[in-house]
Amino acid sequence: MHEYSIVQALFEQIEHQAAIHQARSVERVVVRIGELSGVEAALLQTAYLTFRERTICARAPLEIAAVAARWVCRNCGATLPRGRVLRCESCGGAGRLAQGDEILLERIEMEVA
Amino acid sequence: MCGTCGCVETDKTVVPVDVHERILSGNERQAEHNRHHFRDSCVLAVNVMGSPGAGKTALLEATARALEGRRGIGALAGDLATENDADRLRGAGIRARSITTGMACHLDAAMVHHALHHMAWNDLDYLFIENVGNLVCPAVYDLGQAANVVLLAVTEGEDKPLKYPVMFNRADLVLITKIDLLPHLPEISLPRIHDALARVMPAPRVLELSARTGAGLHAWIDWLMEQERSVADGPLHQVQLVPRPR
Repeated sequence: MHEYSIVQALFEQIEHQAAIHQARSVERVVVRIGELSGVEAALLQTAYLTFRERTICARAPLEIAAVAARWVCRNCGATLPRGRVLRCESCGGAGRLAQGDEILLERIEMEVA
Repeated sequence: MCGTCGCVETDKTVVPVDVHERILSGNERQAEHNRHHFRDSCVLAVNVMGSPGAGKTALLEATARALEGRRGIGALAGDLATENDADRLRGAGIRARSITTGMACHLDAAMVHHALHHMAWNDLDYLFIENVGNLVCPAVYDLGQAANVVLLAVTEGEDKPLKYPVMFNRADLVLITKIDLLPHLPEISLPRIHDALARVMPAPRVLELSARTGAGLHAWIDWLMEQERSVADGPLHQVQLVPRPR
C-alpha cells in the first residue's frame, strides 16, 4: 500500500504550487497514472479521499487519467502486441515502453483571490 | 453585496495550473543524491527485491561465502519489524544494518540515505540493499542503486512475472533461486518461467542458482564483477525508475 506515501508526496507538490500562486483553495487535481507504473488507481483514490481533509484539497476531487501500456520496437518503432514476448516479430528488436509507466501530477485547478 | 437577495458575492477565480511533474520527484532527487555518493566512493549499490522467502538473505550469505573476503560487502536490510536478517548477514561476515520500516511496505531513498549516516560504507566494494519482501511497492521507488536484482524462487510458481509485471520489468537481472528443489517440483518448468519473463522484460537477463548448493553462484559473482567495472565511470546500465525518454 505505497499509495498513501504517493498521496503524501502529491499533497506536498500541490501545497508548493498553491503557495506560489497564492491559492485560497484547490478545486480539482488531475494526475496521470500508467498501467505499468506500479500504482493502483482505486487505492490512490481511496488514499487521496482519506487524507485530503485538513489540506488545501479538502473539497477538490481527484481525477485519475489512466494511461495504457504500449510497447514499441526500439529498432523499427512497430507497436508490439500485448501479452506476447517483447520482441519485434518483423525485425527482432527488443521492446521499449513508449507509455504506461507515468506517475504524474498533470494539472491543479485552484481558486485564487 | 448582491442587490437582489443580499448574499455576499465573492470574486471567485479558478485558474488551471499545468504542472506535468512526477509525483515522486522528491524521492528521485534523494535517490540521485545517494547515487552520487555511491559513485564517488566507487561502491556498487544493488537493490535486491523479491517475495518474502524468495531467498534474498540466503543469497547474500552465499555471496559472502563465494567471495571469500575478496570484496568488502555491506548490506542494508529492510525489515518491517525484526533484526533477524541483519543478524544473519553479520553472521556471514557482512557489515549490516537494519532499516526497520514499521508498517511501510518498501524502502525509499530517504530511508537508505538515513541508514548510510549510521554505518561506515564508503570503503565497501558492494552494498546490497535488501528491500522489504514484496513484489509490488519496492518497484516504484528508486533508491540510488546501480542495478535492480529481482529474485524468483522456483517454489513461487511460473506465472509470477505475469502477475507482477512492474517489478520484473524494472529488473536488470532476475535470479531464479532454489533450483536445488526442482527435482521435487515436477510441475515447475524452467522454460515456462523464462517465457513469462520474456513477456514482461524486453531484454531479460536471467540466472538460475541455488544458495544452498552453490550451483550457479559463479555466474552471479561474474555479473557482480561486470557491474563493478562500470561503477567507476558511472553505471553502464543506469536504472531509470522514472519515465524513460521517448
